[in-house]
Amino acid sequence: MSMAAAIVNLNHPAHTVDWGFIHLSVANVVVIGLMFVVFFAAILLPFPGAAERAAARRGGGAS
Amino acid sequence: MSAPPTNPSKSWTVKVREKGVEALPPERLLPDGQPTYVASWIYVFGVASIASLIVIIGSGCILALKGPAWWHFTGVGHFFNSIHMWSVELFFFAMVVHLWGKYWMASWRGGRGRVWVTGAITFLVAVPAALTGYVSQQNFDAQWISTQAKDGLNSVGVGAFFNVTNFGQMYSYHILLLPIAVVGLVSAHVLLVRRNGVVPPFEIDTKKAAIAATSPDRGGPPPPPPSTATGAQS
Amino acid sequence: MSFLRPKDDTQPWKGRYQPYDLIKELCIAVGVIGLLAVALTVLFSSPDDKSSTISQWSHELPADFATAAAKELDETSDTAAYGPPYNHNGEGQHAAFLYPQKWLGVSHPINTAADFVIKPLETVPNDAALQSAVAEYKAAPEKQKKEWSEAYAKPLEEYSTAVEEKKTLPSTVSVDPSTGTVTVKASGAGPVGTMMTSLQSLAQSGGLEGGLVTSSGQFFQTDYTKPLLFMADGGLLAKRAEGLHLLGEQWGMMNETGSFPGQPWLWLYALWYQVEPFKSSENADVLVMLVMGVLSLAFVCIPFIPGINRLPRKIPIYKLIWREHYRAS
Repeated sequence: MSMAAAIVNLNHPAHTVDWGFIHLSVANVVVIGLMFVVFFAAILLPFPGAAERAAARRGGGAS
Repeated sequence: MSAPPTNPSKSWTVKVREKGVEALPPERLLPDGQPTYVASWIYVFGVASIASLIVIIGSGCILALKGPAWWHFTGVGHFFNSIHMWSVELFFFAMVVHLWGKYWMASWRGGRGRVWVTGAITFLVAVPAALTGYVSQQNFDAQWISTQAKDGLNSVGVGAFFNVTNFGQMYSYHILLLPIAVVGLVSAHVLLVRRNGVVPPFEIDTKKAAIAATSPDRGGPPPPPPSTATGAQS
Repeated sequence: MSFLRPKDDTQPWKGRYQPYDLIKELCIAVGVIGLLAVALTVLFSSPDDKSSTISQWSHELPADFATAAAKELDETSDTAAYGPPYNHNGEGQHAAFLYPQKWLGVSHPINTAADFVIKPLETVPNDAALQSAVAEYKAAPEKQKKEWSEAYAKPLEEYSTAVEEKKTLPSTVSVDPSTGTVTVKASGAGPVGTMMTSLQSLAQSGGLEGGLVTSSGQFFQTDYTKPLLFMADGGLLAKRAEGLHLLGEQWGMMNETGSFPGQPWLWLYALWYQVEPFKSSENADVLVMLVMGVLSLAFVCIPFIPGINRLPRKIPIYKLIWREHYRAS
C-alpha cells in the first residue's frame, strides 16, 4: 500500500486527560476546547462591514 | 407554442407553483440584503456547516466512484478518505458552534420554532449518518465500533432491522439514504430561514417592546427584504 | 398560531438592510472549509488500522480461541445467550416493563453450535476422522451433546480464568507456542476434542472467515455478522481496543484509533455508562438509550420548554452578539 506520510504522525496510542471519572483523549479535549474558543471569538471579534451597515442605517442603503 | 390552459385552477402544477412563489418569492429565496443587525461572526457557522457538508459529499462521491476498498490500497484513496474524515469533524464542529449561537439568540422567536426543530433533527440524523460511515470503513475501527454499537441498538429493538455488522446495509445507508435525509433536512431548514428571515435581536427597550406587542402587526412571515441592488455595495 | 410556532412578542424587522452576498459567502465558505480539510489531511492524514482476522486470533491467542469455540458449541457464549435479534436463548435487555429487544424478535437467526462450529467443519474435505466425529456428535441426543461440550469447555474456562487472575495455569490445557495448537485433557468430551482441534486448524489456515461469511450458501455476500460476533465472543478485539482506549470504561465511544480526534459529540452517550445506576446495570444499554432518547426529544423541543426557552433572555450573551445594533439604536 503506497501512502504519503503525514507531517504529524498520530498513529500511536492516545494520551488521555483524567479528572475524576472523566477520561478523555487529548485530541477530543483539544476539539472541545477549540469549540469554546471559536464560539467566544465569534461573538467577540468585530464583523467587517460596519461602515456599510452604518450607511444603511442612515438611509444610504435600502429601507 | 403551447395550448391555452383549459382549467388552470385545477392544475396541480399551477397550485404548487403559486404556493411556492407565495411562500418564497425570488427576492426572499435569494435576497441580496440582510438586516443591519446581522453583524457578527457567529452568523457564519450556519454556512460553514453547509460548506462542510458540501466537502463531505464531494469527497464521499470520489470515494464512492472507486468503491469501499480503494482507499486502503492507494495514496490518492487515502488522501480523499482523510478529507472525508476531517470534513466530518469540521461539520460537527460548525454545527455545534452554530447551535450554541442560535440557542443564545433564542432563534425560535417570531414564529421560527420549525427552524430550530429542523436544525436539531438534522444534528440528530447526522449522528447515525456518521456511525454508518464508521462501520463501513472495513478496518479494525469498523470491527470494534460495529460489535459495540450493536448492543445499544439491539437493546431498543432497532437492531432487528438496522444491523451494524451488515456491511452491505450500512454502506447503503451511509452513501444514499442518510445523506438524502440530511440534505433534505438542511434544505427545509434553510428555506424556513429564508421564509422567516433571520431572527431580530431581543428588544431591550421594554417600553418600546410593550407598545410593539399591542400592535396588530404580530407574527407571520416578514415581507421580503428590499433589494439592495441599486444601493451601496460592499 | 400553529403548533410549532411558540408565542412571543418578537416583531418582524421593519428596519434597514445592508447589502449581503449570500452566494459569494457560500463560495468563500466552501473554499475555506475545503482548504482547512486539505490542510488537516496533509498535517495528520487519517487512521487505518488493519482488521483483525480469525486466523490471527487463533494464532495469537490460541487458548482464547479454543475457549470461545467451545462456548459456541455448548451455547454458553455471549452470542449464544444473547437473545433477539439472534436467537431465543435470552430475553435481552429491558427497562421496567419495556422489553423492546424481545418484542422486535429474532430477525437474524444464529445457532452458534451449528453456524460457528458444525457447518464450517462439514466443509473440510478428505478428513474421515473429523467427519466421523461430526457425524457422531450430530447423531447424539441433546443431553449427550451438552455433556461432551461442557466437559471440553470446563478446563478451558479454568485456564482462561487463571490467565485473567494471573494464577498458576492448570495442567489440563497446554499450548504449543510454535504451532499455536491447544491440547485439552478432558475426559468425557467424546468427539468434541477432535472437532475443536480441526476447527483450530481451519481457523489458522484462514478458511473460517470465508466459511462464516458464505455459510448461507450464497456466493455474493456483504453481511459480516457471523465472523464479527464470533470474534467478539473472544478476547482479541477487546485486547486490541483496550490498548487504543476504545473500551466502554475508557469512554471509548468518543474515541478514534491512534491519537486522532474521534466523536466528541457523543460525550453525553459515553458519560452515562461511567455513572450509576448505568455503570453496573445489566440493562445499561437500554437505560442509556432511553435517557438519551428523552434528552434528544427535549433538545428538539427547546423552543417549547418553559424556563429553558427563557434562559437566553436571562443570560444576556445576546448583548455581545448584537452590540452594534444596540449601540446604533
